[in-house]
Amino acid sequence: MRLRLEPGMEIDGFTLHEHLSTGGMAQIWSVEREGDPTPPAPRAEPEARVSEPKGHGSEKWPRFPAQSKAPLEKGSIGLSPKVESTFGSEALVMKFPMLIDSDDPIPIVCFETEQMIMPRLSGRHVPRFVAAGPLDPQAYIVMERIQGQSLKARLSDVPLPWREVVEIGAKVARALHDLHLQKVIHLDVKPSNIMFRETGEAVLIDFGFARHEQLPDLLAEEFREPFGTTPYMAPEQVLEDRADPRSDLFALGVMLYFFVTGERPFGTPKGGQIRRRLWRDPVPPRAKNPDCPSWLQEIILRCLEVDPNDRYATAAQLALDLENPDQVKLTERAERLERDSGMKTFRRWLKARKARTLEAPNIVGQLSRAPIILVAIDLSPGNADLVEAQRGLIGRILSMEKEARVACVNVLKLSRLAVDVLEDEEGRSLHVQRLVQLKHWGATLDIPKERITYSVLEATDPAAALIDYARHNNVDHIVLGARASSALRRYLGSVSSQVVAEAPCSVTVVRTPRDRRQDEG
Amino acid sequence: MLIALLTDIHGNREAFSACLAHARSLSVDRFILLGDYVGYGADPAWVVDTVRTLVDQGAVALLGNHDAAIDGADEDMNILARESIRWTRGQLGMEQRAFLADLPLIHEEGNVLYVHANGYAPRSWHYITDTLEAARHFSRVEAHITFCGHVHVPMLYHMSTTAKVGSFSPVADNEIPLLATRSWLAVVGAVGQPRDGIPAANYAVFDTARQSLRYFRVPYDNATAARKVREAGLPEKLAQRLEEGR
Repeated sequence: MRLRLEPGMEIDGFTLHEHLSTGGMAQIWSVEREGDPTPPAPRAEPEARVSEPKGHGSEKWPRFPAQSKAPLEKGSIGLSPKVESTFGSEALVMKFPMLIDSDDPIPIVCFETEQMIMPRLSGRHVPRFVAAGPLDPQAYIVMERIQGQSLKARLSDVPLPWREVVEIGAKVARALHDLHLQKVIHLDVKPSNIMFRETGEAVLIDFGFARHEQLPDLLAEEFREPFGTTPYMAPEQVLEDRADPRSDLFALGVMLYFFVTGERPFGTPKGGQIRRRLWRDPVPPRAKNPDCPSWLQEIILRCLEVDPNDRYATAAQLALDLENPDQVKLTERAERLERDSGMKTFRRWLKARKARTLEAPNIVGQLSRAPIILVAIDLSPGNADLVEAQRGLIGRILSMEKEARVACVNVLKLSRLAVDVLEDEEGRSLHVQRLVQLKHWGATLDIPKERITYSVLEATDPAAALIDYARHNNVDHIVLGARASSALRRYLGSVSSQVVAEAPCSVTVVRTPRDRRQDEG
Repeated sequence: MLIALLTDIHGNREAFSACLAHARSLSVDRFILLGDYVGYGADPAWVVDTVRTLVDQGAVALLGNHDAAIDGADEDMNILARESIRWTRGQLGMEQRAFLADLPLIHEEGNVLYVHANGYAPRSWHYITDTLEAARHFSRVEAHITFCGHVHVPMLYHMSTTAKVGSFSPVADNEIPLLATRSWLAVVGAVGQPRDGIPAANYAVFDTARQSLRYFRVPYDNATAARKVREAGLPEKLAQRLEEGR
């Protein structure tokens, strides 16, 4: 801290209002922007601009196609304090690094890292970046204020009810997936770095240890030691590998374990003890809290696997399991009540001795190897060939994308007006029948059970239901069939064309050889 | 202000034209050329004339080792460079040679330094190929940001307040903030003879207002450039390099 901070003090047009917190390596103050005394409710998509010092040219970067669609990016490089938002009527905070001990370079390098990465982030799962100031005279970052407290406030209540833990886990997993899609690994996921919007979405804060795939990693180059918060650090982080997005899934697993049992799986180790997690597995959660369902133990222990390849491939896949407990593939992990035997641990210890760090990050690669594919199956009579064609395509996708997860979805169309009878003449549930048929369809796919999910959606508007499902579950690719010509064409065609037009991801529309021939004939 | 940085053009008309067009499409305000307009490529006269025109319009052009060898010694050069310099001398008129001989070694604007090879001994033409060489540069140069070429492969070096030097292999078309808290040494890749396995031409754009840098890769008609190298009777290896980018 270079300046002595006091309420009423003005820095680059921001007036300090209230000292909110001091934690870790920074102080947080609420601030008001000059000429903006009342901070009203935030709005969704503020316009941003860059105001430049006199004598410099006009702002030109937005001409680049990559940025033309992202209004936040226009004014977003946090280098000069001149970057600001035209829309200045939201609650803001100013973050100051604690640079008391000038011999310790970590706070300043973390701050540099945050200054580089935050302007590149956007969306609901991060605080909106507003401005930044260089070291001299006073380093700071101004960002949107997220109301409320971090998850740290819940620590006094652990163990939490497992349903709440699952809900938190799914929200944080979705936030992490959104961050990973922006080519950033957080690398310091823990309760004090997670907040929630009033609308419910998790917000990740503090990017001081984060890594952006396309920016220099200042931390790795500055220090030869592991970074992070020791109870939450993934084994590969202990080995100074800052390249794997699945490290964030390990930290989330630690957090879920802590919330459900009231204890940290690896305690609060210091020094060389941090390495123990490379070979010593935690006591299974159900041994500490029998209320924890076995499927939740399965999920948590999978997140805590030493080898990232044994964890979930992506945060989106983890969220999908947390929200579909009945479809979690239970393994030996689910029922475990003791830690592994001495022999197994010893073998891991031997392996850990040889463990080496990995290479450059490949966040995008990791995510694209493990897409979520939604296949929308129409089980109507006469569709056998189309459904078969979809199976063929899914098989080919799975042979290329080895860690893909398939969500098989069927829509049970409800009438808008009439009361639907969701049973057949013999009183059997249509929903269950559809599910049975879906599972039959998926049974012949060459994919492990834990990577396929079946859902029957009940909706009046099938296309909207598919699009909602895709959006909520971070689906990367939708595969659906459509008849080229038939009596059903108008109806099915309208579903596929609406999905193509409105889906947030890639869409493949499958047709059959029969349709092709009819079309030509 | 947007400054386009182009270096190591090496008589490659096709690559140079493509980069100039790309930079103009971004409405850059200025051109700063970091040297090596001739050598290796088949169009040295056209390239030198284009550079002269740009300088007349306000561009800065610095001297590279190949430019210096036109009217100087070429014994220290490798055989490919020497052979092409000897061929190039026959392609240039007196005025073009005089223009090259008069080029400055360095250019400074505020705390930004522009140079062909390195900041600590510009005329030695030492290459900055690793963090040790970069550390040597940082220890002897005051500038907050230095731009150079000469290596042909793009790289970004930076030094922290505690004098730790890191290197970063930049991704094309990606804005990198040059934080005021660090010193930066940006090696711009070659326009006319890329050597990192990607045949597309390199250049970069420095945004002075945002203090940020973007490296670009511009695909160009390298088949034509390679054909001209062969037709000129220059070594076959030089044509292959343009085709393969290495």
